Parts: sequence; structure tokens; C-alpha cells
Amino acid sequence: MTRAIALHLAVLALLFAAQFILPPYHHTNIARIMVLAVFAMGYNIAFGYTGLLSLGHALFFATGLYATGLGIELWGLPAAPALVLGLLAGGAIAAATGVLALRTGGVSFMIVTLMFAQAGYLTILYFGSYTRGDEGFVIARAARSLGPLDLSSDTPRYFAALILFALGLLANLALVRSRLGRAMVAMRENEERSRMLGYNPFKVKLTALVISGLYAGAAGAAYGVLFGYVGASFAAIQYSIMPLLYVLLGGAGTTLGPFLGALLMFYLIDLSSGVTTAHLFVVGAALLVLVLFAPKGILGWLRDRGAKWLP
Amino acid sequence: MDFGPYLLLALMEGTVMAAVLALTAVGLSLVFGVMRVVNVAHGEFFMLGAVVAWFVTHYMPGPPALAFAAALVICPLVVGGIAALSDTLILKRLNYDPEATIVATIGLSYIFQQAALTFYGPDARPVEAPFNLRLQLPWFGYSGYKIAVVLAAMLLLLAVWLLMTRTRAGLIMRATQLDRNTARAFGINVDKVYAGVFALGAGLAAVAAVLIVPIQQAHYLMGHDPLLLSFIVVIIGGLGSLRGTLLAAVIIGLSDGVISVFFSPTLAKILATLLVAMVLVFRPQGLFGAKP
Repeated sequence: MTRAIALHLAVLALLFAAQFILPPYHHTNIARIMVLAVFAMGYNIAFGYTGLLSLGHALFFATGLYATGLGIELWGLPAAPALVLGLLAGGAIAAATGVLALRTGGVSFMIVTLMFAQAGYLTILYFGSYTRGDEGFVIARAARSLGPLDLSSDTPRYFAALILFALGLLANLALVRSRLGRAMVAMRENEERSRMLGYNPFKVKLTALVISGLYAGAAGAAYGVLFGYVGASFAAIQYSIMPLLYVLLGGAGTTLGPFLGALLMFYLIDLSSGVTTAHLFVVGAALLVLVLFAPKGILGWLRDRGAKWLP
Repeated sequence: MDFGPYLLLALMEGTVMAAVLALTAVGLSLVFGVMRVVNVAHGEFFMLGAVVAWFVTHYMPGPPALAFAAALVICPLVVGGIAALSDTLILKRLNYDPEATIVATIGLSYIFQQAALTFYGPDARPVEAPFNLRLQLPWFGYSGYKIAVVLAAMLLLLAVWLLMTRTRAGLIMRATQLDRNTARAFGINVDKVYAGVFALGAGLAAVAAVLIVPIQQAHYLMGHDPLLLSFIVVIIGGLGSLRGTLLAAVIIGLSDGVISVFFSPTLAKILATLLVAMVLVFRPQGLFGAKP
């Protein structure tokens, strides 16, 4: 068990050290990847651990993004309370979605979450006078500072992304080793049997979805403040597929899988764009290959082959 | 224009929409009904139909009407072939596991979009209608082609209904839908039936796209709306029920037409998507389906 903790701390230490040696381009990339990895970690809590395949997580991410962005733009909130607002909004919308969507299961759950996310996306377009629709808006540089830290410049941005990522990762690790985490896995493995053992599946799944929404909301809020842009494209279906892809690649139901998947996929697209402009093909082919040949992802594969201690 | 004729125009536009939507959605419904597969790539089969129609009409010599007729035959065959291939190469290997097939069809839809973007390009291009006939009503003129679209869609739907209820192929499909293991025990080649049904569903989407492409232009991202609307129709009509799908297509098509004309199209879509979510949550058998 200590091996697991040591591994996580080593990853965080590596990311901390990386900022001193990375060239500026990769510096920004890794900051972005860490924020997106938080989003994917949230997705993994619902999909990887609890078995809830949602196609609507873009809604939670965009809720965090817009709650923070509009909070700053319309109500003139400082960054810190705006970030908290984004986090809470993500959790709240996940709770509202969950109360309805969790009455269904399997394929219906996917479609209900997809439809809610679509309705959310269209709502953002509908209220275009506030949200500026597809075009989006830029958060002013002056509003993007946390105390003395100017989050629009490289070093504080990386640092802020790392802190968010570290908090998310350690909370994730604590969660999966807690009683709740075990109950979540029980829902994934056999819902009926866990019901017979006295668990309330609805309650456990709703809790997992709300935690997932908090992660997604926090990631969306941080994305807005760190990178300064808020737009409707973040609510589109692609942003629901993205965390699914990251989690499938890295390994569903592993704590480090979402980060690994985000890192590899981000650079796969980045590198392939030097060779071809066919990004969509890369994404599509990755999804097909994973689902056909490696449904457990990289870390899941490693776990099956000896590294059983991987959390 | 007065309110009356305006409403009539909205209803006529809605009818065209409903006709095309019914064709597309019946394809989706058939695939879900027989194979229990939620095909997220269905919108992309629609888009491929439109894009192939552009290629056929663009490169085929002779009068536009003939080229269009050729597209009506070629497009569903090509798209159906692609679908059958996808089924054999990918979906079959996943044993039609519901979650894995959804992820796989999402992957396929990205690949089809990229293929269209690479070989067809990012522009929206029109396809010429096979004939230009203008129907002069007392209040406004209306495209005769749009009425032909409605008639053609009705004929095709009738053909699908006859296929499913009156032929041996339909019997085999229904048998597979009811119980695939028993069907296999009776010597039905279930793999072949699945490939055929997947191709048929995709072909219907492609035909619908060919019919609509003279009205709407062909574009590599055009599959998004038909997919969403087909989902809405199939779910409200009751998953896997063809009759419910038809009825729902008419209701959704007409109301979408009317709401879009008088209010905002975005609002119409928000209401429809929320309605679907609520139907799935509170009445999973669909508004017109019987309790299971």
C-alpha cells in the first residue's frame, strides 16, 4: 500500500521538477494537461470506479467554466470566490442530473446524460447575449490573479494547475481506499448483490456522480481562469467524449490512468499534427483500437500483469 | 403574410422535415430493435449519403435528373456497404456489448467525419434538384420538389413496412430480434442478419440524405442534427417500435417546423432534448410504447 502512495508522490514531484526544465511550449501544454486530467479524474470516478458511462460530462465542465467566467465578467467577482462558485456549480448540476438520470441504467443512462448535456449546450447558445455563444469571451487579465499570483503568466499558472492536480489526485487516492470507494466499485461489479448486502445503490451512485461533478466543475473553473477563454465549444459533445477517451487510454478505474491518458492523447494529437491534419481520425482510431484490443487501458493492462497494487 | 398561410407554410416545411426524419429514424430504430445497438454513427451515415450524392451528381454525365436517380440507388448501396463492413470488422468482434459498441460507433463517427473532411473538404456544396417545379398556391409559391420528397419518403417507408411484415427476410429479422439464440438454433445466420440490418439502417439514412441534399447542402458536419433528432424520435416513439417511431417523427417534425418558424429553432431543440430525457427517465417504454 505504501508503494502506491510513494508512486503518486513521485509523479507529483516529477511534475514539480518538470517546470524548471521544460521549454515554454511544453510548459503551457503540461499545465493544460494537468487541468484536463482533473476533469478526466472526475470522469473516472463515475465511469471507471462506479461503472456509470456518462456521455454528458461536458455539461459539468462547462458549468464550472461558465459559473466562474460569468461570475467574473457579469458580477465582477474576484478569482478566488469565482473558482469556488465554479466548483460548487459543477457539483450542483451533477446532483440535479444524477437525481433524474440515475433512475435509469445502462444505455438509457448514456442517452439521458447526452441529452442533458445537449440541452445545456443549446441553452448556452440560446442565452447568447450573456454567454456570447460559439464565439465565447475572454476573461480580462486583471481578473485572473489569486492574491499576489498572476495566473495568466507561465510560472504561477503551472503552479496553480499542479496544486489543483495534486489535490485532485490525492483526494482520488483517499476516496478509492475509503469505504465509499469500495462501495462504488461494488456498484460497478454487481449492483444487485450490493443492494442485498444493505447498500443503497442510488445513494452511492449519486454521491459518486456529485464528486465527479465537483472535479469536472473545478477543472472547468480552473481552465477558465488559467487560460482566460470561455466558449460554448467546451459544452459540446466532444468535451464529453474527451475524458472518456483519456480514461480508456490510461486505464479505467486506476488513479493515475486519467493523467496518463490525457498526457499521451494530448501529445499524440500534437505530434500527429506535424504529419497529418487528420485529428478526428486519430481520435476515432484511438477509440476503436482501445475498445477492440485494450479495453482496460494501459494501467489496467499493467495491473493484470503483476502490478496488482496499482490503485 | 397573414397568420393562416404562415401556419400552412410552417406545417408544410414541418411535413418535409418529418418525412426525412422518419426515414432516418426508422433506420436507427431498426438497428436498435434487431441488434440492440445504439448507433452513434447513424448521423455520419446520413452525412456520407449526402456527400456521396454530391460526388455522383457532380461526376455523372447526362441530365441532372438521371444523375440524381443514380445517386438514389448508388448512395444507399455504398453507405450500406460501409456499414456492413463496420459491423463485421468491429461491432461483431465486440459481441455487441452495449457500452463497447457505443464507444466504437463514436470512434467510427470521428473517422467518417475525417474521411469526408479529407476527401470532400470543409465547404458546404449544393446538389441540383432533379426537377424545378413551382407550385403556386394562392398565398405563396412552394417547391414541387419538396412535395416529391414527402411522397418518396412515404413510398420508401411503405416498402420497409412491407419488407418487415410480408417477406421472408423480414420474418428472419423479426425472429432474430425476438431471440437471437433460438433463431441461431433454427439455422438462421445471425451474423449475416446483423450485418444486413446494420446496412439497411445506414442505407435508409443515406436515402434520406440524398432526398434532402437539394434542399440542404452537403457538409461534413451535417450529421449532427439528424442524429440528435433521430434519437429523440426513436426514444419518444419507444425504442425498437417502428410504428411509434413513425408517429413520433410526424409529431417532432411538425412541431419542430412550427416552433422553429414562430419561435427560435434553438428553443425548439432545447425543449425536444429535455422532453427526451424526461421520457427516458419516467416512461422508458416511450410515449406510445406499451408497458414491457
